[in-house]
Amino acid sequence: MENAFTIAAYVVAAILFILSLGGLSGQESAKRAVWYGIVGMAIAVLATLVGPGSGLWFASLVLIAGGAAVGYQLATKVEMTQMPELVAIMHSLVGLAAVFVGFNADLMINYIADIYAAEGLVMGAVGDNGVTAVGLPKEIYEGLSAFGQLIAKKSSVEIGILRVELVLGIWIGAVTFTGSVIAYAKLAGSSSKLPIEIDTSAKKLPGGHLLNAGAAALSVILLIMYLSGSGSWALVLLTLAGLFIGYHLIMGIGGADMPVVVSMLNSYSGWAAAAIGFSLGNDLLIVVGALVGSSGAILSYIMCKAMNRSFVSVILGGFGGPAGEQMAVEGEQIAIEADGVATALNEADSIVIIPGYGMAVAQAQQGVAELTRKLRAAGKTVRFAIHPVAGRLPGHMNVLLAEAKVPYDIVMEMDEINDDFPDTDVAIVIGSNDIVNPAAQDDPNSPIAGMPVLECWKAKQVFVSKRGQGTGYSGIENPLFFKDNTRMFYGDAKASIDKLLPMID
Amino acid sequence: MKIGTPKETFAGERRVAMTPESATALQKLGHTCLIETGAGLEAGFSDATYKDVGVEVVKTAAALWKAADVVAKMRAPDATEMKRLREGQTLISFFSPVADEKKMAAAAEKGATVVAMEMIPRISRAQKMDALSSMANIAGYRAVIEAGNNFGRFFTGQITAAGKVPPAKVLVVGAGVAGLAAIGTSTSLGAITYAFDVRPEVAEQVESMGAEFVYLDFEEEQTDGAATGGYASVSSPEFREAQLAKFRELAPEVDIVITTALIPNREAPELWTEDMVAAMKPGSVVVDLAAEKGGNCKLTVMDEKIVTENGVTIIGYTDFPSRMATQSSNLYATNIRHLMTDLTPEKDGVINHNMEDDVIRGATIAHAKEVTFPPPRPKVAAIAAAPKKDKPKELTPTEKRDLETAAFKAQTRNQVTLLGAGAALVLGVGLIPGMPASFMQHFIVFVLSVFIGFQVIWNVAHSLHTPLMAVTNAISSIIILGALIQVGSSSMLITLLGGLGILMASVNIFGGFLVTRRMLAMFQKS
Repeated sequence: MENAFTIAAYVVAAILFILSLGGLSGQESAKRAVWYGIVGMAIAVLATLVGPGSGLWFASLVLIAGGAAVGYQLATKVEMTQMPELVAIMHSLVGLAAVFVGFNADLMINYIADIYAAEGLVMGAVGDNGVTAVGLPKEIYEGLSAFGQLIAKKSSVEIGILRVELVLGIWIGAVTFTGSVIAYAKLAGSSSKLPIEIDTSAKKLPGGHLLNAGAAALSVILLIMYLSGSGSWALVLLTLAGLFIGYHLIMGIGGADMPVVVSMLNSYSGWAAAAIGFSLGNDLLIVVGALVGSSGAILSYIMCKAMNRSFVSVILGGFGGPAGEQMAVEGEQIAIEADGVATALNEADSIVIIPGYGMAVAQAQQGVAELTRKLRAAGKTVRFAIHPVAGRLPGHMNVLLAEAKVPYDIVMEMDEINDDFPDTDVAIVIGSNDIVNPAAQDDPNSPIAGMPVLECWKAKQVFVSKRGQGTGYSGIENPLFFKDNTRMFYGDAKASIDKLLPMID
Repeated sequence: MKIGTPKETFAGERRVAMTPESATALQKLGHTCLIETGAGLEAGFSDATYKDVGVEVVKTAAALWKAADVVAKMRAPDATEMKRLREGQTLISFFSPVADEKKMAAAAEKGATVVAMEMIPRISRAQKMDALSSMANIAGYRAVIEAGNNFGRFFTGQITAAGKVPPAKVLVVGAGVAGLAAIGTSTSLGAITYAFDVRPEVAEQVESMGAEFVYLDFEEEQTDGAATGGYASVSSPEFREAQLAKFRELAPEVDIVITTALIPNREAPELWTEDMVAAMKPGSVVVDLAAEKGGNCKLTVMDEKIVTENGVTIIGYTDFPSRMATQSSNLYATNIRHLMTDLTPEKDGVINHNMEDDVIRGATIAHAKEVTFPPPRPKVAAIAAAPKKDKPKELTPTEKRDLETAAFKAQTRNQVTLLGAGAALVLGVGLIPGMPASFMQHFIVFVLSVFIGFQVIWNVAHSLHTPLMAVTNAISSIIILGALIQVGSSSMLITLLGGLGILMASVNIFGGFLVTRRMLAMFQKS
């Protein structure tokens, strides 16, 4: 651990990681930023391998290579529409790794304590100056691994703190692990590869939040028992409590709130890493854990803001009950066929397309991109309006459109484009619902009242591509579908767009 | 049920509440129709046309009132008609529950049911029965025609071989149904049309009709029209002053003024004052659609056309719809027919006076021997409250600076509070007795990193949030360092768990970075 070279390398790696995150402020600089991240990670791993982790360096390299092979497979095979699932399942790995590392720290403490006992000494006893711990005989000390040496030097207070830290690391890691697995299952929906079937809707066990609170309280009790020396069984129970909270917390959150959940889990995995960093006395772990933790927290905050809901209400699950009777929607949904849409598109000058999760589900992004190319070739202005919570992951739609080679400079954020709708001839809504719901502005009793929405109904004409007449994830009726200037273009988004394409000239 | 329509007794009233067309539709609902002889004559419907569609023509009004279960007419009943009204009979007509309060009480006492057409609530479902709107529409149209009839020039500007004709300028005050109809007529005739209304939210409607909305330089919390069922309410004295000043400015320019400003159950507000009339050019025309309620111009004489000393014609007719009797009878009869459709839900000729129905309840002012006015508030709000719109205001430089300073101050305050809280927290941790310095060193690193993280992440572009998550996911597998450090231990279990940790973290490292690169490579400029 005292290896100066390793610490110097950690500083370099930390700076590279910071630059890597900072570089994501623009599309071009982001491409460079990823390389900073990769180099940073390589430096960190290599420096650890030659320094404190040199014990089994060859085996470690083999394991890393094995992980690399799996990671490569995952990353190259994944469909862009499945990005939310991939990110969620990868979070679970970090969580699990944190649990393992935490347990290892506990095992190591016990191991060192045994050695002390064998030598007739007490671990953590302090010397005459009251601060420095009484060390082990030199030959035993030298025989320990780097981590063992670190623990062997600690005083009893330091070991107490170490235990708190490792408990935090294990507990957060456990919550992250089961939470991410559940989030994965919810995002993957029916295509889940998990052995158990998980419903995408919000579900709670009887007892609801009380169960969570109970598990949390139990965790605190177990923490105190563990600290007062009850042994490792308390730690195991504590982990189980964490696993349960992760499971139950995310089970209670509906699919529409997944962007917040995923970024929140991202944040958790960071905090878990930071806690482990404390217990291992590794500053790089702390730095990176804190960076990731705060990044996830900010993302969650941005997502919540975009839905006009408080973080707590999202985490506690489900939409709050409506404050009063919602406005009844009058009128009827008027359907239209592809030729009607094509005629309107051929006549329009400015077109705004609003994609949502439905486009991702139907894999319609290629068709949409093709439609955009054709319309742009005909000299029309085509733009995309992206709501911050469109899709199931922050920035989900941007990635899908980019995959289909839609240039990013015609993809607009909500605030950039909302004022332009009155001058728009045709707005096409593809598979989004709540983010274009005028009730958010008109109906104070609506569950989504006050949420910023894309004001597409102000366009001269609105076409909504939708599978059927059902309501969206939140189950709220959408008055947009009943407006006079709205026409419903029923059918699977991909099939609809494909039908439309040959009719555009 | 027998539905009968007598001849209107009010002098000069030419409309009729049943047309051959509406009678046909009423018969389809299972009703029998009666009409007093000659009732439709002035509206252009002879007795023969009624007979052709199976309507029974009754000789006298008395016989009709006796035979009919439902009497549908235009104007409120006069004294004779009130005598003829009997128990169990339903009367449908214009019937002001305020002005004709005594008649309303008398009708209720008799046990008759009275449905007042002006009380039909203004909700979407009831629009088809809204006779006030259909009559106002006609009044607005006719007001422009009457004005044109008395105006010596073209509406539209023309350049002819015989010289240039400037377009007429028309000002419509009050953009209700009548006002909008007047605007539409006036613009379609080619006049330059201005319109004013106390409810700024109608500006959009006005502009959609092709007129220019006259804005006031006035800031006030104005009542949303939606709160009063879409009607205007009384405005404050300051607002009135600003409004009159604007009108004074416009008076010398405009050729035709059409005022339609009415406030429910009140005398019409004076909007076009004598000095404005005096400022108008000779030959100009003022049409006062509010003449019945005292007029928006005090010079207006009800039911008459006058010419002022400076040659301005002021028209105070109150019978605009009646002047277009065929059109207005058609529309009114259709309104009645729709009302009857709602009253006969089974289409079997049996009237079900459902007092639970918002529309029927609202319009019924006497029923089952009781006065049922005023009705309870409808369950459905008339019009959705318009969200308050922030008008883009031009700020003066000082205001701007003030705002900026205020924002800066608020920001400073926020930051100082946060810093204070943060410092207190860190110091608090440091003050815990026995806190080892080795922990504090790591703690400082942690706090600084959180701080840097917050600073850096705010700048990340929205569209890159998914790559950001993938990158942070990849670098959160820095946990691999922990596993690497531990794996060299002599304990088998520790080595095993450490090995698993390494494997999982490295899946994440490679998967995360690769997928990020894949995503970023896709973002391209057009």
